[in-house]
Amino acid sequence: MTALIYLIPAALFLALLGLGAFIWTVKSGQYDDMDGAKWRIFIDDDQDDHIPD
Amino acid sequence: MSISDTEESRGCPTMGGPVAQKGAAADPSAFVRHEDDGLSHLDLLVRGARCAGCISKIEKGVNAIAGVQTSQLNLSTGKLTVGWVPGAADPGIIARTVADLGYQVSPYDPGEAEEERDKQGRFLLLCMAVAGFAAMNIMLFSVSVWAGFSGEMQENTRSLFHWVSALIALPAAAFAGQPFFRSAFASLRKGKANMDVPISLAVLLALGVSLYETITGGEHAYFDAAVMLLFFLLIGRWLDHRLRGQTRLAARELLSLQSATANRIEADGSVHAVQARDIAPGDTIILWPGDRAPVDGQITAGRSDVDMALVSGESAPGLVEKGDFIRAGMVNLTDKLTVLAKARTEDSLLAELTRLVEAGETARGKFVKLADRAAQAYVPIVHTLAVLSFVGWILVGAGVHHAVLISAAVLIITCPCALGLAAPAVQIVAVGRLFKRGVLVKAGDALERLAEIDTVLLDKTGTLTLGKPRLVNAADINDEALELAAKLARTSRHPLSRALADLAGPGAVAKDATETAGHGVEGHVDGVRVRLGRADWTGVNDADQQASGLWLVAEGRDPVHFIFEDALRLDAADMVAGLMARGYDVEMLSGDRKAPALAAAADAGIKNVSFELTPQEKIARVEALVRDGKTVLMIGDGLNDAPALAAANVSMSLASAADASQAAADMVLQGEKLLPVLTAIDISRAARGRILQNFGFAAGYNMVAVPLAVFGFVTPMIAAIAMSSSSIIVTLNALRPFKRHTPS
Repeated sequence: MTALIYLIPAALFLALLGLGAFIWTVKSGQYDDMDGAKWRIFIDDDQDDHIPD
Repeated sequence: MSISDTEESRGCPTMGGPVAQKGAAADPSAFVRHEDDGLSHLDLLVRGARCAGCISKIEKGVNAIAGVQTSQLNLSTGKLTVGWVPGAADPGIIARTVADLGYQVSPYDPGEAEEERDKQGRFLLLCMAVAGFAAMNIMLFSVSVWAGFSGEMQENTRSLFHWVSALIALPAAAFAGQPFFRSAFASLRKGKANMDVPISLAVLLALGVSLYETITGGEHAYFDAAVMLLFFLLIGRWLDHRLRGQTRLAARELLSLQSATANRIEADGSVHAVQARDIAPGDTIILWPGDRAPVDGQITAGRSDVDMALVSGESAPGLVEKGDFIRAGMVNLTDKLTVLAKARTEDSLLAELTRLVEAGETARGKFVKLADRAAQAYVPIVHTLAVLSFVGWILVGAGVHHAVLISAAVLIITCPCALGLAAPAVQIVAVGRLFKRGVLVKAGDALERLAEIDTVLLDKTGTLTLGKPRLVNAADINDEALELAAKLARTSRHPLSRALADLAGPGAVAKDATETAGHGVEGHVDGVRVRLGRADWTGVNDADQQASGLWLVAEGRDPVHFIFEDALRLDAADMVAGLMARGYDVEMLSGDRKAPALAAAADAGIKNVSFELTPQEKIARVEALVRDGKTVLMIGDGLNDAPALAAANVSMSLASAADASQAAADMVLQGEKLLPVLTAIDISRAARGRILQNFGFAAGYNMVAVPLAVFGFVTPMIAAIAMSSSSIIVTLNALRPFKRHTPS
């Protein structure tokens, strides 16, 4: 049972890490444009570079 | 594919949206902000963008302007944020670039109330995350405790687990419970109990009892149940908030209509772009073709055609000249006008209509949502039950400690988790389904209201009819004559010219075309002088001159007559028949004259017709019906319909409608068809049925679970299982596809 002494903090730390990551995504505005995000993957920004003049 | 400035590359590449008229952009200089990063910033509201092609086109187009450093388009809100080195770029050019790409663009003025709501959305999301984190981690300990319940776990280990759970649950609940605690407190102060009161009580009591148990080394702690309850309820809250976000979008469009800029002539003769709300009576402003009048005023110089569709619903433009009055919201079509402002923006007709819209929306706010109605019946029952079981257990000789534990279990198990999810989950699904069928629903409860209607009121111009002139005698006109006319028509903003140009498609224009307001367009094609316009102006001797006709006259060819008519939408009669088949009373309210109103009503199959109505009379009719106990659906499009749309119990508008009408309406039909009205009604009825079904599930679950709780069989494990399973059942039932009711 002594394993619990470090297993409990370890579990909580990992979970807090996840929570912190989620809070960061909210604060950095990643949920502000839910409609635009799904479309942006279709934009081929680097396409022009591959087409020789 | 390269983006060139051809007509084909204008507007949304998937061709879903209305294409703005070229170059129609107000100068947004007055809205430029200077920020800490050393750049000048401008927010523009872009309408008509809806796909990857739009994002790419707009951002690339704006980035290509010299001096522009950043441009970011938010597709959900339509907000385009542009940053540039101060002085290096002209805000007017930025707006015009977007307008030239084929999108409607106006300065973005969010207003304080809206920013506040955005913050609230983020806060709900944060609360949900914290509750979810806490629920999952407490479950880690709770499951261990339940698994070791048969005696394998020592008492001090259990106590440790309870303490750790308490350490997670108490701060998490204090944070994530705020939306409920605040709302419950506010409601109690008004002497009422909303659904948040039993929620808050259950959470607080569960936490209190569990803390007491933890301190005294007891067996049962409900930390997991309390936090999981918050988690499920916050999911429902957030879904609800997202639904209401679409209403915010519409309100912003109404604001953008007013936040336009105007070109004011200063005392020294220079012209400056200022915010429309800064225009004072006595100021002189310039209206270029394509500009919308920001205030009511009198024309001091110039002569032009003016589009009054937005103000009066009349589709034919009128000719104005020096001395005439124009109202806010009218659009200048042909020539430069100089206008002396006679009223402030807040005193203008547009502002008065906006106020009427707001008044109607306040009245509509009295509608009580299904979930709230259920809560009103539910709250007293739950609290009585909890008190009764407390008293009951005391009477049969149990200790106060035991009795409190039981009543806490009753509150937890009856907590309206499923009620909180039942309505928003169904509405999200129904709204998504309607969106695919071309109906944009702006308010979740609009579906509930739509399911209860018994009377349908319809506007004529632009609703039952297309609202745009259509060439009637296309069969009599050869392609060559049409193309010749289109070469002139493409240069003009007049509705009849637009109709011709749309019909002919993109193409060349006559080089030296000049437009004479109220008469027509003249130009040279292949060295031949060509005129397109009114009969008397083109020199045609037509005995019975058609008011709604254009003549094409060129040397060396016979004059060609183009006849136009505002035709009924193809599916208008089908829609009216469908409404009647569903047992609704259908009535037409038109601002138009008697003869065309009666003719359109006869074609559409409507028997009750009112005509020559002012906006006030339209509201009066709606209010009279509502007073008689009717539930009214109003479908309209003009600015003159906007107040009536807001006054009706539920309202629909069309994508081609005035911005203010779209803002006032609960739903907007995308596209030119009316049959989606029937789809919307059927889906709203099905959604209502599904919500009631979900309430039924919730009630059934309570009938099983409540006796267990009252008689003291509910352990923390049973509470957790019962609560999550009822929420999951309700959500799955909401996601089940709707049956199709619409006869095809």
